[in-house]
Amino acid sequence: MANQLYLSSSPHFSSGESTDRLMRQVIYALLPAAAVSVYMFGLPALVTLLICTLASIGFEAVCQKLMGRPRTLGDGSAALTGILLALNLPASSPWWMSLIGAFVAIVIAKQIYGGLGYNPFNPALVARVVLLISFPVQMTRWTAPAPLSLSFDSVTSATPLGQAKEAVMLHGALPADLAAGFGDFFLGRMGGSLGEVSALALLLGGLYLIWKKVITWHTPVSYLATVVVFSGIFWLVDGTRYPDPLFHLLTGGLLLGAFFMATDMVTTPVTPRGMLVFGVGCGLLTVLIRLFGGYPEGVSFAILLMNAATPLIDRYTQPKKFGFVPEKA
Amino acid sequence: MQLKTFPGGLHPPDNKQWSAHKPIEDCPLPEELIVPLGQHIGAPAVPCVAVGDLVKRGQVIGEAKGFVSVPVHAPTSGEVIAVEDRPHPMGRDLPAVVIRADGEDAWGDLPAPLDIAAATIDELRQRILSCGIVGMGGATFPAHVKLSPPDEKPIDTLILNGVECEPFLTADHRLMLEESERILSGIAVLQKILGVRQTFIGIEANKPDAIELLSRACADLSVEVTPLEVKYPQGAEKQLILACVDREVPSGGLPMDVGVVVQNVGTCAAIADAVLRGIPLIERIATISGPALVEPKNLRVRIGTPLRKLVEVCGGTRVEPAKIIMGGPMMGMTQLSLEVPAIRGTSGLLLFTADQVSTRPEGPCIRCGRCVRACPAHILPTTIAAYARLDLFEEAEAYNALDCIECGCCTYSCPAALPLVQSIRYAKNAILAKRRKV
Ligand code: SF4
Ligand code: SF4
Repeated sequence: MANQLYLSSSPHFSSGESTDRLMRQVIYALLPAAAVSVYMFGLPALVTLLICTLASIGFEAVCQKLMGRPRTLGDGSAALTGILLALNLPASSPWWMSLIGAFVAIVIAKQIYGGLGYNPFNPALVARVVLLISFPVQMTRWTAPAPLSLSFDSVTSATPLGQAKEAVMLHGALPADLAAGFGDFFLGRMGGSLGEVSALALLLGGLYLIWKKVITWHTPVSYLATVVVFSGIFWLVDGTRYPDPLFHLLTGGLLLGAFFMATDMVTTPVTPRGMLVFGVGCGLLTVLIRLFGGYPEGVSFAILLMNAATPLIDRYTQPKKFGFVPEKA
Repeated sequence: MQLKTFPGGLHPPDNKQWSAHKPIEDCPLPEELIVPLGQHIGAPAVPCVAVGDLVKRGQVIGEAKGFVSVPVHAPTSGEVIAVEDRPHPMGRDLPAVVIRADGEDAWGDLPAPLDIAAATIDELRQRILSCGIVGMGGATFPAHVKLSPPDEKPIDTLILNGVECEPFLTADHRLMLEESERILSGIAVLQKILGVRQTFIGIEANKPDAIELLSRACADLSVEVTPLEVKYPQGAEKQLILACVDREVPSGGLPMDVGVVVQNVGTCAAIADAVLRGIPLIERIATISGPALVEPKNLRVRIGTPLRKLVEVCGGTRVEPAKIIMGGPMMGMTQLSLEVPAIRGTSGLLLFTADQVSTRPEGPCIRCGRCVRACPAHILPTTIAAYARLDLFEEAEAYNALDCIECGCCTYSCPAALPLVQSIRYAKNAILAKRRKV
């Protein structure tokens, strides 16, 4: 036989699923949310998205070159981190803040640990939290939505979560008209970071990922259900101080976090049971931080804390192996 | 209806349409047959013929050595032209008897047919041994050993494996459709030997014709046909038992530990031939398929036929094959050449073209959990493979590496193209080698 025969050990077939395809699917799923943010916040949002994405890709390339690692820009993970980072920033973020964010995400939170697959924390969230602590003023200057505006001089506004928190702190009770905004929250007419705004767009993206089997239902469902149940308990106890579950669902970064950050494969558990534990943990922490913490929003901190617990969760949620027989006492 | 199955596994495209409707054809005799003396798990047979001997079809040419061993028979009549090491599908040169066919295909003296009702259980077992019957699903474990459970392991259930979950393969499917009487006679023999209470035939739901035909044939017998979900590896013994009778074979244990014996339908048919007609295992049905082949077929093949002959009978190749697989694509073995012979475990021969040969570079594990969800052994392939690659075998063992059934589901599903089962196999070998030493 003239040509070369391949010898390999079985299986000789593969699903054809690939890392780049998975990353691309997540990027597609984020496009509706990105589009809504550009519609709501105008040009500044687009600029933030572009800077974060391009800078992330750039930092990844430079790092891989300096560290002598194989170039893997094609896997799409750097672009994905960039988009996620942008969606976690206010539209009015100055360009240098986007750059610092991309640097922290790619260089500090990802490449230093060894690149894709080795980072313990979600890079975009690390960057967000670093920025939040370092530049609290810029990070909480929320642009008021003004559909299709081209202006960079935006009117600032508070986020619904921030408003609620402030009202409780100042007056000991929630603003009376809280529920009036639900329709706006759902569609995206509220102050917030780029990706927090439209519950509808995020939901569409999230369901797309589940439908395409890129992620499983375990994490988002357990996360959201826990938030609903746990915040519901507080609400039932005192509805004047604690917002209702729907408010929690629709505002802040909860949906973005539940569908896109808590499902980040690298930094979350690999077993279905582990994913459930992870989601429940995220839900509990999110509600606790939102209601009692120093920041109005708790999603980023909750997910990062659970990222830290991931190795432990993986260890204790190993599936029962086939044919497992309990030790006889 | 909710089909029965096991947790885990996956469904690769099955590609059975190429050969599923092709009736079994007899593959013509080649000029030379290479009959390996080791075609089963256990000790190889010892040759009892010499160069120049004339042999008849069905005559013993290699004698069993030890309990886990079976004799080997001449697949046709002719002259022994060599007793030497020849390339074996296992990838090494191993002892074989080479016969030049005389074209007469004349039978030698066969043992007398046995009457199932009158024969003793020992006689039946002895016949199965002397006719060289081994598991024909691919594992080639000597059948008489499975049929001799120790007294402290009572067997109450017999399961016939007609699942055929490997993509491309349709040999068992055709056997069930065309020669169901052989299977039913074999069942009668097995029921008598084991004295079982219940008998099931497990068949994947993608063979509705076989399910219907056998259900009708079994209507008056105490045999139940169980349609199973179409999923790989539904045909793995322990997964099949779980699906059919909801019993979980303990880790490290055998089916007999839960009172079950599983036999492949092909094995069962061969047992019928041995007992009722005295015919030893000298041929089997194999699916010859794959995109590089002109005309996929199901062939009745004499053991020892060079693979090249099978390809010729199927019209040759359309394009040069880039990969030759004996068995199915999930668990089969690649072959270096078409000069090796078909053996008792040859359920299929697949010729793949270059574009089906995946040479994707492997990337880092992105911890997506796909391998974990697919694993029917419920272990963590990614973790074990990572330890195996670092030669940390104790850790791999602690994560239950030995429970891996090497089905390949993990490697199949990995988006990072990591060779997971390959690494785990390596770890298993290292762990077992160490155990043998201490
Ligand atoms: S680890 Fe073993 S049993 Fe599990 S999927 Fe991989 S090959 Fe199959
Ligand atoms: S399927 Fe591959 S990438 Fe996914 S967890 Fe398993 S080894 Fe890692």
